[in-house]
Amino acid sequence: MENLTSSVEKNISIEREFRTKDFFLQWEWLLLLIFFLIHIINSQLSPYYLNTYTLLDATMTFLDKAFIALPMALVIIFGDIDISVASTVALSSVIMAVAYNAGLPMVLAILLCLFIGLLCGLINGLLIVKFKELSAVIVTLSTMTLYRGIAYIILEDQAAGEFPDWFNFPGWGYIKGIPFILILFALFAVIFLLLLHKTTFGRKVYAIGNNEVASKYSGVKVDKIKVAVFTLAGLMAGVTALFLTSKMGSTRPNIASGYELDVIAMVVLGGVSTSGGKGKIIGVLLAIFIIGFLRYGLGLVNVPDQVILIIVGLLLIVSVMLSNLNKK
Amino acid sequence: MAVILASGLASAEGRYAVIFKSAGNPFGEKLMDGFEKAVKEFGGEAILKAPAEPTAEAQIQMIEQLIAQHVDAIAISANDYDALEPALKKAMRRGIKVVSLDSAVNPDSRDVHINQANPELIGRVEVQAIYEMIGEEGQIAVLSATSQASNQNLWIEWMKKELKKPKYSNVELVKVAYGDDLRDKSVSETEALLKTYPELKGIIAPTTVGIAAAGKVLTDKGLKGEVYLTGLGLPSEMAEYIKNGVCPWMYLWNPIDLGYLGAYAAHALVTGDINGEVGDTFNAGFLGEKEVIQAGEGTEIMLGAPFKFDVVNIDKWKEVY
Repeated sequence: MENLTSSVEKNISIEREFRTKDFFLQWEWLLLLIFFLIHIINSQLSPYYLNTYTLLDATMTFLDKAFIALPMALVIIFGDIDISVASTVALSSVIMAVAYNAGLPMVLAILLCLFIGLLCGLINGLLIVKFKELSAVIVTLSTMTLYRGIAYIILEDQAAGEFPDWFNFPGWGYIKGIPFILILFALFAVIFLLLLHKTTFGRKVYAIGNNEVASKYSGVKVDKIKVAVFTLAGLMAGVTALFLTSKMGSTRPNIASGYELDVIAMVVLGGVSTSGGKGKIIGVLLAIFIIGFLRYGLGLVNVPDQVILIIVGLLLIVSVMLSNLNKK
Repeated sequence: MAVILASGLASAEGRYAVIFKSAGNPFGEKLMDGFEKAVKEFGGEAILKAPAEPTAEAQIQMIEQLIAQHVDAIAISANDYDALEPALKKAMRRGIKVVSLDSAVNPDSRDVHINQANPELIGRVEVQAIYEMIGEEGQIAVLSATSQASNQNLWIEWMKKELKKPKYSNVELVKVAYGDDLRDKSVSETEALLKTYPELKGIIAPTTVGIAAAGKVLTDKGLKGEVYLTGLGLPSEMAEYIKNGVCPWMYLWNPIDLGYLGAYAAHALVTGDINGEVGDTFNAGFLGEKEVIQAGEGTEIMLGAPFKFDVVNIDKWKEVY
């Protein structure tokens, strides 16, 4: 605040910039505060909570869906939304299981799972840029039904599994005492952090979210970037499918039901505005761990599940209201 | 650390958890009541859990939370026969005893299963009942819970085996529909059955949520005497439909006793009275002496035979559960 000598006009614009900056700083600080509060409350509630084992193990219970939250943040920064991700998880998982049971080596089945995820995302992206008059929510609503429908056609009402023993590792394994899923998630979190905040690609994502038309006229390849981001969302749904299938040791067409809403909740609580153009990965990361540890800690003292849902819901409502206070 | 953990939490007789399929299910509430009653009798602490949604994913989270709390035993009514295996195996590795009840998990994931009634008997008896109701010929359908519910699936298999008998040559099972133990979905599945199969004469609903929903649909549509209903239902919920003739009779066992037996079996495992091996016997409170028997690849403890509810006895039982 040392620029008090500048002209009034400049002053106003600078001040406005500072205000939004301040707000965003505040938002992440607030999340951080909530994050620590939850740990303090949880450790008061349960004597089992505050030890390294429990805290590390807790991450295994909620990180599977968190992989999707990273690209979903980019989708929501566009001002779009993708509600087909949970169906993509189910379809990738089902195809992986069926392919493995049909004799495909597990390593290739895993790659196939990722590829199906990517393909589902690519189809979403292409449809969205092809049919501009349809909003992303409508397109992904259709593919949500389509992808899960295909999964049901493949497996009907049956389960499939019988995976090799080592496939337990992604969902349940540790490397030097740290859950494998946590290590991999940290890696992806860093990748997305750099992608969104340190590359021109990331800057273009913000530009599109702020003003799609203007960025098109200034030479941003809007369609290409959109397709890329939706494809990423599909790919990460494939990653989630791997971990979830490993966790359950078998799969069925109705897995991951409701995951899309959990993921969107993480992103919105993370301070990514649904009207587009705003948000940071760091906020999303904090939100993932806030919701995850909150649910885990309350579960640890056996609070009924519906009550946990109400508490998480209230947290979301309050956070959305707070983030709207800043909007003019 | 151990000192902190012991502070006021560990009760003398240990901590016993039960996880039902989903919350807000009257059958589940009764089952958990019975479980709690037994745990109080032998002086333990009961933890009752039920997820908001009937999914395996939600139950896995709960199992992990119970592992972190160092409970002594987990009794579970499973949403999926296989998908809980990794989580329950982890629990058993940590020294937690695992029994399944009501809806089984695969034998590798448990020490013993508590069976409410012989699955073969349940499946066959329901087919025999609907056969009698519809006048020995016509189309029938099944309205089940979720497609992964291991108990329902087993009963339906036995229904299909019973239907293969020559005397059922004029009975056609047209569809197995799944209402997922959700009331709304069970209602819409029943309506869909009636629409798709206008000739339908009977519905077997081997789930308390499904049969109550079907009973309401058939009553509202005035189909009494045209489409008959039987299956497994709670007397308190079904009294109205048994009296109005939509469901002439149905079967069930006592969910309170089922939960009660589950708790005593878990207790016997924890104290080392039994290991879940065939031939083990233990004392199950007011249910008396119970024995572990072979069941497929694993072992189980049998509660008893299914009980028939009809116009004659429904008023007495609807007060009980």
